[in-house]
Amino acid sequence: MTFLQRLRDFLREEVFSLPSRAVVFLACIFLLFLPLFAGNPYQLQVMVLTNLFAIYAASWDLLSGYTGQVSFGHALFFGVSAYSAALLNLRLGWPCWLTIPAGALVAVLTGLLVGVPCLRLRGPYLALATLAFPIILTGIVFAFPETTGGEFGLSGLSRLTPSRVYDYYLSLFLMMGCVFLMWKIANSKIGIILHSIREDEIASRACGINTSRYKLLAFSLSGFFAGLAGSVFAHFMRAVGPLTLDTSISFQAVIWTVFGGITSIYGAVGGVYILYPLLEFFRLAPQLRLLSFAVIVIVVLFFMPEGLLRWVRDRVEVECPRCKKRNTSGRRSCRVCGAPLGG
Amino acid sequence: MIPELIVNGAATGGVFALLAVGFSLIFGVARIINLSHTAFGMLAAYLLYALVTSYGLNFYLSVLLSILLTVLIGTLLYRLCLHPVREHELTVLVISVALGVLIQQVMVQLFGGTFRSLPSFAAGYLEVFGVRVLKGHLLVLGIALLSLLALWLLLTRTKLGIAIRATAQDREMANLVGINVGWICTLTMALALALAALSGTLIGPLITLSPWTWLQLLVVVLAVVVLGGLGSLKGSLIAAFLLGYTETAVVFFVPMGSFLRGVASLTVMLIVLVLRPEGLFGISFEEERL
Repeated sequence: MTFLQRLRDFLREEVFSLPSRAVVFLACIFLLFLPLFAGNPYQLQVMVLTNLFAIYAASWDLLSGYTGQVSFGHALFFGVSAYSAALLNLRLGWPCWLTIPAGALVAVLTGLLVGVPCLRLRGPYLALATLAFPIILTGIVFAFPETTGGEFGLSGLSRLTPSRVYDYYLSLFLMMGCVFLMWKIANSKIGIILHSIREDEIASRACGINTSRYKLLAFSLSGFFAGLAGSVFAHFMRAVGPLTLDTSISFQAVIWTVFGGITSIYGAVGGVYILYPLLEFFRLAPQLRLLSFAVIVIVVLFFMPEGLLRWVRDRVEVECPRCKKRNTSGRRSCRVCGAPLGG
Repeated sequence: MIPELIVNGAATGGVFALLAVGFSLIFGVARIINLSHTAFGMLAAYLLYALVTSYGLNFYLSVLLSILLTVLIGTLLYRLCLHPVREHELTVLVISVALGVLIQQVMVQLFGGTFRSLPSFAAGYLEVFGVRVLKGHLLVLGIALLSLLALWLLLTRTKLGIAIRATAQDREMANLVGINVGWICTLTMALALALAALSGTLIGPLITLSPWTWLQLLVVVLAVVVLGGLGSLKGSLIAAFLLGYTETAVVFFVPMGSFLRGVASLTVMLIVLVLRPEGLFGISFEEERL
């Protein structure tokens, strides 16, 4: 009984006191019960992919939004790990609970490999150089069709779980775990250092921060999460093709994150949950699908250049000037320290 | 073999140069990485196709009309979508990608996803130094060089050109001496779009056109621009010919080379970047600190 009371108090004081937390809480509940009222397996498949892409987009935000190392080639991590999971599974017969972490580790190594030459590049040069990596890799995939399957890719990977509902829950818990971890990293001391590198690299070096080491850390962390999404994607689709390395996948990460709001893990995740299912349910009018997608992105960003979710959050919440805790806008005094708000 | 390589590489380089110089110009002046740049080139090529085949207009008149229309549409889109949010760098990027996708999808709607080929400027071969070269290639090279010369004259000899270069060097200072920076940015955008449209109509007849052409061209343009140094016109020019020759050489000498041409130029770009992080001719500014 006391546990239930404590749970109720916790929910009332910590969760429902802020609109953003309440929305996240309700969204999690909704996602947990989604298979109950998902009509057909296709909808569930869309939601599994949404979960995976949420991890992928958030990992881009960690690298590019927080650390400022804008990458246009994020599909590199996704594709490398998808391909290595597929090759390990098909050629060596490893089961998927081994290939998925292995794929993620390969992505981490790729992150380090790419990160070292990119340490000296900044801003647009870095963005455009990273764009090149997945395209070069695609060329290599095409050049060795015996190993990589060439244009048609590899298929026939072992199943993730016996049924699609299990797949859904696996991807959902993976997404929740990864996003929570990334959110924690972003708000930790490491996250603050990453922020400082983005704001002023020279000043952070002057403070005694080894910026090269932290940039490489950001590359490998981001590679790890993107790689995790990639290898699970490979096993879920049971096929891997050059499409996983495609430039459009790289740009999708940028579009989702900037649409939701950059430098806020929740913006990236929310952007995916809004845009990806929306794009899929536009299948009713397939010719106008990408067209309306582009128009929606342009219109929303025109009115809210800082991103949809960040814009909304700034409207419904205010920061207490004294203790920096967030409050529902419209309150007279801060819910924590009682300082007067507004005015 | 070798003379053939020289002429073909020069023609490829000329088109790259036209595309890249426009891209570099708008980056230098307005600090906008306009990823839809090549999409506007493609738009011009499609307009040319429509005007010539559907309306049966005179070829040269339709070239002129399609360039004008592209500049008009592009400048309007710039003022509407990009100009108001130009302070947010990444938002500009995403909107420009979205604009590219928008153009691509409109083309799919209007012309379908099939491959089209444009009527050629000049058919037939010509003997140059004992090599048979497509007349189209020579014409492309000639027009590219002429328009680059015109651009150089505009930038160095006219008041407008000096204003454009002043804005590129220091926006605040340019504003202080009475240059309307917003207006100069719009004019530069129109200029860049004209270059994109011109190159689109020039290479339109040499390649098969599909609504996805802009992405392939974009990768090449990005490689050229980064290799030459962002914002440096001289760098873009030299890099364009360098990569033009690289691609042609790869296609000539490597088996299955046509698959690897994009890969080769991107690899060259990466190697140069690792050795010289600001590209061949880019100037590395100390970061602006406020």
